[in-house]
Amino acid sequence: MTAVLERASLRHRLAEKGVDRVLWLLVPGAVFVVLLFVYPFLYGLQLSFQPKGGGSPFQNYITFFSDPYLAETVWITLRLGLPAALFNVLASIPIAFRMRGRFRGKRALTTVLVVPITLGTVLTAEGLLAFFGPAGWFNRIWMALGADEPAKLTHNYWGVLFSLIITGFPFAFLLTLSYLSGIDPTLEQAAATLGASRRQRFRTITMPLLAPGLAVTFCLSFVLAFSVFPSAVMVGDPVGETHVMSIAAYETALRDNDFALGSAIAMLMALVMLIVIGVVLIWRTTLYRGATGGKG
Amino acid sequence: MKLTARPVVWLTWGALAFFLLNLAGIVGAVVTNSFAETWFGTWLPDGYTGKWYGEAWRDYRLLDVLVVTFQVALTVVAISVLIGVPTAYALARRNFPGKKLLNVLFLLPILMPPMTYGIPLATVLYKFQLAGSMAGVIAANLVPAVPFVVLTMTPFIEQIDTKIESAARMCGASTFAIFTRVLAPLLVPGVLAASILVLVRTVGMFELTFLTAGPTSQTLVVSLYEAMSSAGIRPQQMVDSMAVIYTGSMLVLLVIALRFVNPTQLVTRLKDPS
Repeated sequence: MTAVLERASLRHRLAEKGVDRVLWLLVPGAVFVVLLFVYPFLYGLQLSFQPKGGGSPFQNYITFFSDPYLAETVWITLRLGLPAALFNVLASIPIAFRMRGRFRGKRALTTVLVVPITLGTVLTAEGLLAFFGPAGWFNRIWMALGADEPAKLTHNYWGVLFSLIITGFPFAFLLTLSYLSGIDPTLEQAAATLGASRRQRFRTITMPLLAPGLAVTFCLSFVLAFSVFPSAVMVGDPVGETHVMSIAAYETALRDNDFALGSAIAMLMALVMLIVIGVVLIWRTTLYRGATGGKG
Repeated sequence: MKLTARPVVWLTWGALAFFLLNLAGIVGAVVTNSFAETWFGTWLPDGYTGKWYGEAWRDYRLLDVLVVTFQVALTVVAISVLIGVPTAYALARRNFPGKKLLNVLFLLPILMPPMTYGIPLATVLYKFQLAGSMAGVIAANLVPAVPFVVLTMTPFIEQIDTKIESAARMCGASTFAIFTRVLAPLLVPGVLAASILVLVRTVGMFELTFLTAGPTSQTLVVSLYEAMSSAGIRPQQMVDSMAVIYTGSMLVLLVIALRFVNPTQLVTRLKDPS
C-alpha cells in the first residue's frame, strides 16, 4: 500500500517538474540526433586524434598548422566568409528599410530578390564565368567604356565572393526584413513628434532594436559563406587563392583517403566557426533585447 | 528633412538596380548559352537551338536523376515530419530538466556548416557500408532536416491553445482521439509549411549528398556539379541546359512554397528558438 502511494507521489513530483508520459514523444528525436549527429561528430573527434601514420595523438593538428598550404586555408576562408557575410547584412539594411511601406511592385521586387535562392551554385558559377569572363558581357561593356584590358573577375577571389553574395544576399535580406517588420513603427513616429530627425531616429530608435536581429543574421550568413565549397572550386582558384577549409577537408578525407586528417580539418572548421559566432553572440548580449513592440 | 534622406534613397535604389542588372546578366548568359548553336567571343550566339536540352536529358540520364532526387527528398520529408513533429510537441508543451541541452542539440546541426559533420558522418556511413546507397544519402540529409522541422514546428505548436486539448479531454476524448481529431487538423498548415521548406532544402543540399552519394544515388545538384567538373568532353551548352532545368524545378518548388509560407513571418518565428 505504502509502496503504491510512494510510486504515485514520485510520479506526481516528476510531473510537477514536467516529466510525464508526453516526454516519450521525445525519444525518436533524441535517438535520431544522438545517432546521426552526436555519435558521428564524436567519432570524428576521436578519429582526428588517431593519425593515419601513427605517432603523437596531436600529429594531425601539428601537420595542419605546420603545412602552410593547409594552415593558410583558415585565413583564406575567413577572408571570404567575413566580408561576404558583412556585405550581405549591411546591404540588406537600406533595402529592407525601403521595403517597409506599401508601394506598387513591392511583391514583385521581393520575389526578384528571393529568386537567387533557386539558382543553385552551379548555375551561378556558369553565369559568373560567362558574364564576368574575359569575353563576357560585363567586360565587353567595360572595354567599350574605355578600359585598356578586361577586368579579371573569375577564377580568383572575386568570383567566389560574388557567388557568395548572390547566393547569400536573399537569405540575409529576408531575415533582416522580418526583423525590421517586427519593430513597431509607432515608436519612430513618437520620436518624430518629439522632434527627432531622420538620422536621430535611425541611430537611437531603430538601430538598437534591430541590432540583435542583425547579429543573428550575420551569424547565419557567416555559416553559409564559411562552408563555401562548390563555388570555390568552380569560379575560384581551388589550389591557390580560394583553397578554402572545406576543399582541404574534402580532398584529404575522400580523395586521399586520410579520414583522420580530414576529420581534424573538419573539427578545426567547426572550432573557427564557433569562435566567430561566439564573439558575435557575446557582443549581442550587451545589446538591448526586450520587446520590439511589433508582432515578433 | 526629406532632402537629407534623398541621396541615401537614390543610392540604395541605384545599387539595387546595379545588382539586379548584373544578376540578370549572369542568369541571362546561362540561359542564352543553353539555347546557342555556338557562342565564341561575340555579343550574341550565331544561332539558336533547343537540341541541347534533349541531349542533356539523354546523356546525363536526367529522368533517373530526377526520380532519385524526388525519392530522396520525399522520404526525407516524410521521416523528418514523423520524427520532428512529436519532438516539437513535447518541447512546446513541457518544461523538463535537460530541455536546454536538447534544444542546443537540435540547433547545432542547422548552425554547423554541413562539411564539418558531413565528413565524420560519411566516415561512419562508410564504416557501416551505407555510403553510396540511397539509404546513406537519406540518412545524411535527415541530419539537418529533422532539427529544421523541430525548430519550425515548436513555435507553431506553442501558439495552439492548450485549453482546446483540455476541453476535448473533458468531453471524454481519448488521447488517440485528441491527436487525430483535434491536434492533427490544427497542425496541418504548419506541417505543410515545414515539409515544403525541407523539400526545397533537400533538393538544393549539395555538400551532404555529395559526400555520401554513389553513382546511382546522386541527386540533381550533385550530378550537375559532376557534369560541370568533367565538362571537357561535352559542350558547355549541355551543362548550361541542365543547370536551367535544375533552376526551373527549384523555381517551381519555391513558388509552391511561397504560396504556403510567408517567408518574413517564418523567420520571425524562428528568431528565438530557445
